[in-house]
Parts: sequence; structure tokens; C-alpha cells
Amino acid sequence: MIETKGLRKTFISKGRGGNKKVEAVRGIDLTVRRGEIFGFLGPNGAGKSTTQKMLSTLLCPTGGEAKVLGYDLAEQQEQIRQNVGCVSQAGGADLSSTGIENLVLMAQLYGVDALTAKKYASEFVERLQMSSFIERPAQSYSGGQKRRLDIALGMIHHPQLLLLDEPTAGLDPQSRAYLWGEIKKLKADGVTIFLTTQYMDEADKLCDTIAIIDNGNIVVTGTPEELKSSVGGDTIVFSFQSEETARKAETFLTEKVQGARIQTKDNTVRLTIKDGEKMMPELLRSLDAQNLEAQSVMLSRPSLDDVFLKYTGRSLREDERK
Amino acid sequence: MKILHDTRLMFIRNMQHTLRSPVFVFVSMFQPLMYLILFMPLLNGLGGVPGLPAGKTVDVFIPGLLVLQALFGTAFVGFSLIDDIRTGVIERFLVTPVNRSAILLGRVLRDAIILLFQCILITLVAIPFGLSINIYGFLLSLLLYALIGITMASLSYGFALIYKIEDPLAPTLNTIALPVSLLSGIILPLALAPVWLQDISKINPFSYAVYATRALFAGSFSSIDIAEGFVVIGVLAILVFLWGLNSLKKMAS
Ligand SMILES: Nc1ncnc2c1ncn2[C@@H]1O[C@H](COP(=O)(O)OP(=O)(O)OP(=O)(O)O)[C@@H](O)[C@H]1O
Ligand SMILES: [Mg+2]
Repeated sequence: MIETKGLRKTFISKGRGGNKKVEAVRGIDLTVRRGEIFGFLGPNGAGKSTTQKMLSTLLCPTGGEAKVLGYDLAEQQEQIRQNVGCVSQAGGADLSSTGIENLVLMAQLYGVDALTAKKYASEFVERLQMSSFIERPAQSYSGGQKRRLDIALGMIHHPQLLLLDEPTAGLDPQSRAYLWGEIKKLKADGVTIFLTTQYMDEADKLCDTIAIIDNGNIVVTGTPEELKSSVGGDTIVFSFQSEETARKAETFLTEKVQGARIQTKDNTVRLTIKDGEKMMPELLRSLDAQNLEAQSVMLSRPSLDDVFLKYTGRSLREDERK
Repeated sequence: MKILHDTRLMFIRNMQHTLRSPVFVFVSMFQPLMYLILFMPLLNGLGGVPGLPAGKTVDVFIPGLLVLQALFGTAFVGFSLIDDIRTGVIERFLVTPVNRSAILLGRVLRDAIILLFQCILITLVAIPFGLSINIYGFLLSLLLYALIGITMASLSYGFALIYKIEDPLAPTLNTIALPVSLLSGIILPLALAPVWLQDISKINPFSYAVYATRALFAGSFSSIDIAEGFVVIGVLAILVFLWGLNSLKKMAS
């Protein structure tokens, strides 16, 4: 449904001391197959929104090529606009109009007559359970209600392909879970979804394929399972009384378990090894024997966080804190 | 036709926005009404100087005053567009196959209609002040005011699309609208001006609009001023609109 080759975007931003080049997207190749949910995962500023804007014809690529629904991105923009649905990060609902006015206008802009537009609008009002607020001006909506309207606006014309830019960013857990359910239903209806996100759990739960983008480059692509098993093992996290103990434990563990990946941060030591479950009791015993008593231990199967760490050398969370 | 269909949709959407807070339609008429009530009596005392026949001051003054309203009443419409850019509404439109010209046309036509409503109101207010008009001339001159409004609105939208922030918009448009209004003999007839000022005013397109609408109000349909005014302002409106449209298309770069 989407195929890109070397897609690239360089912004020239005028600032003090002349023009600065920002290489937002540095030549990415990706393939989104029919009917799947494709997760585009990356930290702030990775180039996710820029990529989505190029795919939805809002931005002209600086280089490379792309086919969306088989249409050429450079030549057949009209067809792409008509057949792709797009929900941007900002949303884009007209806040002083009511939800229903927004929906009807949007449907009409896709070329359907007023009567059909109203039919489409009420179909989505029902589907996304918006009837309690849809007659009010959109500026009065809660975050979750606004996001539902945004998503309805993006698919009002029943596109085969939907581009969603961080649909659940900033939402409460309940609204997130609700939207996840809706996105899964869309997939069941045969819609292909390109989903941009910063959330590992979201990508993990929803997506069939994930591409991790960092600093404008795709660093790895695969199914969540493939990616997780590529990390090569389970993670054991030991917490110690003090940083000093943690460092001693790191030295000890490095010698003891050959070939494991070990990282220490503050008073915790993260150890990635195969068969973590079986190794854990023995490791605890030998740490005790060294007087390096762990205060708590946690075993986790590999998560996408670990995948991100492996391929970018950074933790996604760390990046968010900056 | 797609462009008509889309322009109609956009026009209705924008008109609805305006009608939601109609008080602003009246607020932006404050300036010309003040000129009419507080400034025109001064002019009456000047009657008899070149370009301002005694007893006919109001007939000379009102057509120019409406040009002033057309210039300044539409100059700041760009602010509403910046709001729409910021909330993502324009991007929302741009991902649909909507005709690109329609996005701007729907706005400038709304602005022109609001302007015409204001021009009619001001003219009605001026009648008790002794204004006498040729009704056909007046109706034709409305077309010219609409074209001026479309020019200024397009200019305002063009800059709004380039800047995308409010701060520089008002100074830029004031810097353009103030000299062109002074140079078109709106407040005082240019016949009073020194030669160099008269020469500069000849390259100011809006002075042609002032001459044309004065001739129209007076019903002097054989005057060459009328045709000149329509040609000059018509061409200008098209050029400035295309420039604004180009700014909209450049958003994708
Ligand atoms: N119009 C622009 N001009 C200059 N630089 C830009 C522009 N738009 C984006 N950038 C830069 O390009 C890079 C990628 O931005 P982008 O919005 O694609 O990131 P993102 O992955 O969507 O991030 P986030 O998760 O914060 O939404 C950033 O460094 C950003 O500052
Ligand atoms: Mg983004």
C-alpha cells in the first residue's frame, strides 16, 4: 500500500547566522502491506511527522520516491488525496464549529453531496460514540473527545489507507484503550493503517510490523516478535542499596556471565542474557556470597524498549526527558 | 465544476465564521464613520479649492472614503488565516482533494461580500449629509470596491501564509495600505498636491479607483476614468490573488 525508496526531506530554516539545514528524514525505504497496522516508532524529532506529511502530499520530498496505493507521490497527488485518510498530530478540527459541521464539510470536500455527507457523518458519530457532544463547538471537547473527532475527520470518506500521527498522545489510559480498540476494528474492516507513535506499548499491542526511526533513519524493521527476539534474551534488573554496590555488582557480573550485555544506571544493574529465568536464582546466590545483596530483582521478557536500546544505544524514555 | 463546488463550500464555511461574531463587521466600519462625521465638516469649509467644487464636497468625499474602507477594512483578514494555520485546519483541507484556489477564493469572496455590505451602510448614512448619487453608477462602483477588497484580502492572506505568525502582519499591511491611501487623494483631492506628489500618485493603482468611482457616483458614464479604473484594479486583483495562491502552494516546500 505504501512503498518508499530513499525518501528524504531536508528543511532549510532561516535563523540567525544564515540558513541552517535540518535533515529531518534521511532517505528511508519502507513497505506497508495491505491490511496491516504498520507502526512507525521513534522519539521526538525523529522525523515521523515529516514522513507522514510527505506521504499525505502536505510536504514535497527533497529526494527519493514513493508509491502510495500504487499512485506515484510526485505525479498523482490528486488520487492519493482522494483515497488516503490522514490524521495529523495537531488534529485540525475547526474549533469554533461543531463536530457535526466539521464532519459534514470534510465529507463534502471529498466530493460527496450534502445528503451523503450527512449520512457519513452520522455513521461516524455512532461508530465512535460521539453523539453526546457532537452538536457542541469543538473547542469545548475534552482531549479524548477531540481526538475521536480528529480520527473521524480523517476517515470520513472511507479510505483504504489511514495515516495516523500519534493518535493517543497525551490521552488518559481509558481513552487510549478505547482508541486502540477502534483501530483494531478498522483493521478488521480491511483498512491498512500507518501509525506513528512514541509509545512502545502501543506499537507492541497494535502493530503487525514496526519500523523504528531515529534521527531521520530507519534503524530496524520487523514484526514485534522478530524485533524482540533479535535483542537476544531476557532482562534482569537488580536494584542495590547504593550506586557503589551497583558498580561492584556490575564488575562481578561482567566476569561471571560471559557474553551478557550489562548496563548500570544509578543503583540498578540491567543484565540481558539468554534463559534469564533459569539463571536468576544462581546469580542471586552468588551476589549474596559476595556481600552484594540485591534489594529487589525484576525479570522481564524482552520489550520494544530493549529493542530501541539495542538499535539506537539510547532508551526512548531518556530521550523524552530531555 | 469542481472549483465552483469547492469555492461554494469554503465560502459558506467562512461566512458562518464571520456571522458567529457579527459585531466585528460593524467594528471595522468605525473608522470611515468617524471620518464622515468628524472630518467631512472640515472639508465643507474648503469647498471651492481645485478638485473640490463648493457645495459638492460630500459627493467627492464619499467615493474615496469607500475606497479607504475597501483598503483598510480587508487589510487584516490574514489574522483569521493564521488562526486556521495554527489549529491545523488548513492542513486538514490540504490533505483532501479540494481545489487549492477554492481555499483562498472562498475567503476573499466572503471578505468582498462583507465589504459591500459595509459600503452600502456607509453610503446610506451619508445621504442625510447631502450625498447625491447616480444609482446605476453606485451599483457599478460596488463591483470596483469588491475588486479592491479582493486585492487587499489576497495580499493579507499571502503575507499570513508567508509569516505564519501574527506579529509582523499588521505592520506590513499598514506600511502598504497607508501610503497607497494617502497617494490616491482620498482625504484631500490630489489637485491640491505639488507636481511631484501628483506624479507618484499616477503609479498608484488605487488612485485610478478613486477617480473611477467619483465618475460613477456622478453618473458620468462617458468618462475614461471608469474604464481605466476597472482595468487597473481588475488586473491588480488577479495578480495579487495569484501571488497569494502561490504562497499557499509553497506551504508544501
Ligand atoms: N518546517 C520545518 N522547518 C525546519 N525544521 C523542521 C520543520 N519541520 C520539522 N522540522 C525538524 O525536523 C525534525 C523532524 O521533525 P518531525 O516533526 O518529523 O519529528 P517527529 O518524529 O514527528 O517528532 P515528535 O514525536 O516530536 O512529533 C525535527 O528536528 C524538527 O525540528
Ligand atoms: Mg510528530
